Amino acid sequence: MPETFEPRIVAFFCNWCTYTAADLAGVSRMRYAPNVRIIRLMCSGRVDPQFILEAFARGADGVLIGGCHPNDCHYIEGNYKCLRRFRLLRRMLDDMGVEEKRCRLEWISASEGDKVKKVINEMVEQVRALGPLDLPGRFRDWDKEVAALEHAAPGASEPCDAHAHAHKEEATHA
Amino acid sequence: MPEKPKIAFYWCASCGGCEESVVDLAEDILMVVENVDIVFWPVAMDFKKKDVEAMPDGSITACFLNGAIRTEEQEEMAHMLRRKAKILIAYGACAHLGGIPALANQFSKEHVMEWAYDKCPTVTNPSRTRPQTSYKDNGRTATLPAFRNVVRALDQVVDVDYYIPGCAPTPALLKGAVVALLSGKLPPKGTTLAPDIALCDECPRKASKPTDVGYPEFKRPHLARIDPNLCMLAQGFVCMGPATRGGCGALCINGNMPCTGCFGPTSRVRDQGAKILSSICSSVAPKDEAGIDAVLEGIPDPVGTFYRYGLAHCLLRRKVSLNDSAEVAAK
Repeated sequence: MPETFEPRIVAFFCNWCTYTAADLAGVSRMRYAPNVRIIRLMCSGRVDPQFILEAFARGADGVLIGGCHPNDCHYIEGNYKCLRRFRLLRRMLDDMGVEEKRCRLEWISASEGDKVKKVINEMVEQVRALGPLDLPGRFRDWDKEVAALEHAAPGASEPCDAHAHAHKEEATHA
Repeated sequence: MPEKPKIAFYWCASCGGCEESVVDLAEDILMVVENVDIVFWPVAMDFKKKDVEAMPDGSITACFLNGAIRTEEQEEMAHMLRRKAKILIAYGACAHLGGIPALANQFSKEHVMEWAYDKCPTVTNPSRTRPQTSYKDNGRTATLPAFRNVVRALDQVVDVDYYIPGCAPTPALLKGAVVALLSGKLPPKGTTLAPDIALCDECPRKASKPTDVGYPEFKRPHLARIDPNLCMLAQGFVCMGPATRGGCGALCINGNMPCTGCFGPTSRVRDQGAKILSSICSSVAPKDEAGIDAVLEGIPDPVGTFYRYGLAHCLLRRKVSLNDSAEVAAK
């Protein structure tokens, strides 16, 4: 790990409210932490829990979801679906050892550019305090106890890499 | 007469149910025995590891391997059978996705050992003896295989050609695979040898599945009476059918129990648990946090419910906060 840890946060923002708010923050020249990679979706209801798990599995330290306020969804119901999934997903992430603060849902309307700034800055600091999640690194560590795959199998979630071989000896201890 | 194709069966971290499913072929097993030579099958036939070692690489036509990989020995056997077999088939939920044994990926190795050899109420072990990988007695050394930190599906250890899903797979799927092997008409490598469509498609209660459910609560199958004709989801039971591959003939549904997901996801889904969570939660009735949480309390163990057979292949693979090296250092 580098000495100064910069969190990597993946943000899923809905097209109609939160992404527009982030745009507003930009044209208003508001400064916020550069640690967020924003992915625009049409609706927070499009945020498949698989996207969130995949973001973590590929090295995100936090995932932020932004949608329209309740009763404001462009598609009427999408943000409620997002909220319901989020409530159970966060409990499940906690069971799997991913801290609650690494996954956050916020309602941010198109006019709330300042809220985008506030939420992102806050979350970056919270995740910075938690430290790196580094799942790709953990996957490599876990796989040090087994010999490398003879061929990388399709569908294997994280193929063992070459240096797994080097650690085979030390892994033979119970 | 040309030589018959050679077939091997092997088991790793499994319960024996997959072996049972081979015997469940009933009269069809005669067709299998007539057309193939079984060269290795520890549960039923007297071949030893050294017999397999002596075979040339690639000399076994197909090996059906069931069970997850937890120990050093299982890993070694998986590598050896991979070398000896032209086609390696992950047979059953444990080899396919980790299965029930992979639920142990929520706990550290130390926790598992402590429970199994000390804390479990049915265990009497005052000397707190634990299995050792090597033990000297009278100048002789007894050894046991090492126990890994992580439970793995077969394809997380060796390259796998085909998957046969199920806990256990149905005899019809095994028969289909053997017939495909004998005829040489095999699908592309990596295929799961079962229909690629969700269980709901073949469910006898499909017609009663509502388009919009709106759960006011979740019921648990052992605490409520289940209507034998109505869609499980419509009754408020968590049924994994919408996120689970079909091909079992809706066995559990026909036994009036909800699907628990043993066939794993279809090819279009990366993570079965996340997908069913998405499907079920989106249909919870309330719109406010407190109301939603109250309904979701009906699912007390989301990991055990949604990843019952597939935690090794969850995108997170394992409880991420377990620290194996600290555990070793503490000893």
